[in-house]
Amino acid sequence: MRWVLKLSLAVLAAGTVMGGGAALAASAEKGKDAFVKNGCWQCHGFLGQGGITGPKLAPDPLPLEALSAFTRSSNGPMPPYSEKVLSNEDLADIHAYLSSIPKAPDYKTIPLLSQ
Amino acid sequence: MTCKGSGPTVDRRKFLTGVAVAGAASVVTPQAATAAAAAGAAPARLPSALPPTAQVIVAETGTPAEMARVPGKPGSDFMVDVIKTLDIKYLPSNCASSFRAIHESLINYGGNKMPEFLTCTHEESAVGMAHGYYKIAGKPLMTLVHGTVGLQHAAMAIYNAWCDRVPVIVVGGNDLDAAHRPPGVPTYHSAQDINALVRDFTKWDDTPVSLQHFAQSFVRAYRISTTPPFGPVAISLDAGLQQEPVKAHGAPLYIPRFVASSPPQGDAGAVKEAAQLLANAQNPVIVADRAARTPNGITLLVQLAELLQARVIDQQGRMNFPKTHYLSAPPTAVNNADVIIGLELSDFWATVNSYTDNGENDGIGKNGTRIKPTTKLISISSIDLITKANYQDFQRFQTIDVAMPGDAESTLPALIEAVKSAIANDRKAAIEKRGEAARKSYADGKARQRQMAAVAWDASPISTARLCMELYGAIKDLDWSLVASEGNVSNWPNRLWPFEKHYQFIGRSGGYGVGYGAPASVGAALANRDIGGRFSVSIQSDGDLMYAPGVLWTAARHKIPLLSVMHNNRGYHQELMHVQRLSNFRNRVASLGNDMGPIGTSIQNPDIEYHKLAESMGWWAKGPIKDPALLGPALKEAVEVVKSGQPALLNVWTQPR
Repeated sequence: MRWVLKLSLAVLAAGTVMGGGAALAASAEKGKDAFVKNGCWQCHGFLGQGGITGPKLAPDPLPLEALSAFTRSSNGPMPPYSEKVLSNEDLADIHAYLSSIPKAPDYKTIPLLSQ
Repeated sequence: MTCKGSGPTVDRRKFLTGVAVAGAASVVTPQAATAAAAAGAAPARLPSALPPTAQVIVAETGTPAEMARVPGKPGSDFMVDVIKTLDIKYLPSNCASSFRAIHESLINYGGNKMPEFLTCTHEESAVGMAHGYYKIAGKPLMTLVHGTVGLQHAAMAIYNAWCDRVPVIVVGGNDLDAAHRPPGVPTYHSAQDINALVRDFTKWDDTPVSLQHFAQSFVRAYRISTTPPFGPVAISLDAGLQQEPVKAHGAPLYIPRFVASSPPQGDAGAVKEAAQLLANAQNPVIVADRAARTPNGITLLVQLAELLQARVIDQQGRMNFPKTHYLSAPPTAVNNADVIIGLELSDFWATVNSYTDNGENDGIGKNGTRIKPTTKLISISSIDLITKANYQDFQRFQTIDVAMPGDAESTLPALIEAVKSAIANDRKAAIEKRGEAARKSYADGKARQRQMAAVAWDASPISTARLCMELYGAIKDLDWSLVASEGNVSNWPNRLWPFEKHYQFIGRSGGYGVGYGAPASVGAALANRDIGGRFSVSIQSDGDLMYAPGVLWTAARHKIPLLSVMHNNRGYHQELMHVQRLSNFRNRVASLGNDMGPIGTSIQNPDIEYHKLAESMGWWAKGPIKDPALLGPALKEAVEVVKSGQPALLNVWTQPR
């Protein structure tokens, strides 16, 4: 029963990811956990801010379809994440988490950066 | 190894043997073991501390018999005379029996001045301190290490100094005379040729067999080490030679006068050819890694860049070019260059090519070029003069159109003059226009970097950009010097701080051997302390500090003021990403255990309380700081402590990179 439920969720999530339709199934809260559990933070930082090891993912992430396509088939410095490693459901949640991160302030409003 | 048949003899062998026998006798006596068994105690397990035997009591409380005295002047006193001619200010070292004679001479005969002995808790720390010291003071230090075990401890730091082209004089005590040296531990600690251990990554080494030989070798070692390309040197110092007296007969000993060698310069014809290429280029780019050996190197590089209005990529092996100059450029500036001149590059191949670790080509990754096929390459590098075979610090092979083996800084004056002569009048307007474009790129880049730093500004753990800018805000009105930044903080200091002076950034480890940051920052801070009033700050990573944290004690013990701000990301982050990458390539979920990163890559559970570690060694310390709003006030407090002459550490929890 539990297996069936998991499968259903995966299909639902896959539909969400691939179809680019309703983001109803996606949860920013779960996405935050998935972002850590799947190691995204390692190169992109806990808030997807990016760094020397990986580009900025948030705020303003790529659309889900583009993020999904890149994550599955990256041939650059980022290793690809297959569905076995990162489920469609987790990926949709991660996108929801990245979308929930507020815009950065203008650097001119931060005294330490505007000097 | 020394000639023992003539001159006064010494009883040190017998004395040492006596000590060893007495020491062995005092550990457990048969009588004590028998008494314990008779009292009904379990005979299989002896207590960890036994009451002293009558023999031990006498040895510890009685007046020792008159010891044999060494007649005449000890050989190690003469060695100190030699060392004192070279103006070596400090000698960071972990004490050891194989150099006890020269140790005694240094502190008693030499008065513990020039050099002053600095007590270290690990040989890697001692060499790392000498490494950092040189890059501020421009003067080498020497260290003494126990011949075999101490040199093995020191080896990693010596390799870093080799790769970073820094002079360090390593002297290893060694007892060569197998027939006379004490048995047991001293024999474990001796070898036929201790220098073999580090020969692949030292410029030169020797094993003096007489005091006159020592004098020549030491002055020679100093000269070789301090002639570009710089590098560490090793001298094996026989225990017998140190301890035996200066012989009264034969030719008197002398100390050779040290005269510095002039640095090697690029060939005059090649300089002219390079100048023609640069003067006629549409888009020349200068790349510098360890080019500016001295502050004058920066001045010369600015002259060359402005003459050509060429953008400069500073790869930061040293502080080569002011970050505030409009010709300062990012690494991508090579992409559209038609002529690139590399000055003391440690890796020319990677400067103009790319490598992607993407699992292609049976897992070894993908190579690519970053430049046009017609781009001409010029190199001035002294490294070509000392390339060795075994260790691969020479990197991948890159074909160069004009290659000049020689010291870049010393060659720049001739190159500047040659470029002046080669620039035709009708090229001058185009060159000026190039400068205007560079000004715009520089201004755009500066704003872009600041906006990137604003992302996750209020994050907890604290973003590396916030860490670096809070730190800069706390020290910007002081005469500051960033003495180590090994924490991979996404290069924020170099992206945002206004580096202009030679001492404001001193490069990194060289060999990427973890454990350089802590000792090098203490050594550099020592040099800054002596200059007077210069404020030393380091961005200290967690993994680096845990290699040999005892150097914190050395800093407190010798009153070396340093502000150490931790980039504590609680992991070996580079390796953490490697294991994640390999897991993905193999289509497996990375196993985390109970940590955030793959098993074996995290430094958590328990979290290390670095502030308590530092406090225990005499530092002022605070932490863990996780809230970015608390960082500024803590820094303010720490800066005042350091200004009063003490070292201070802030344990800051940060984002990974």
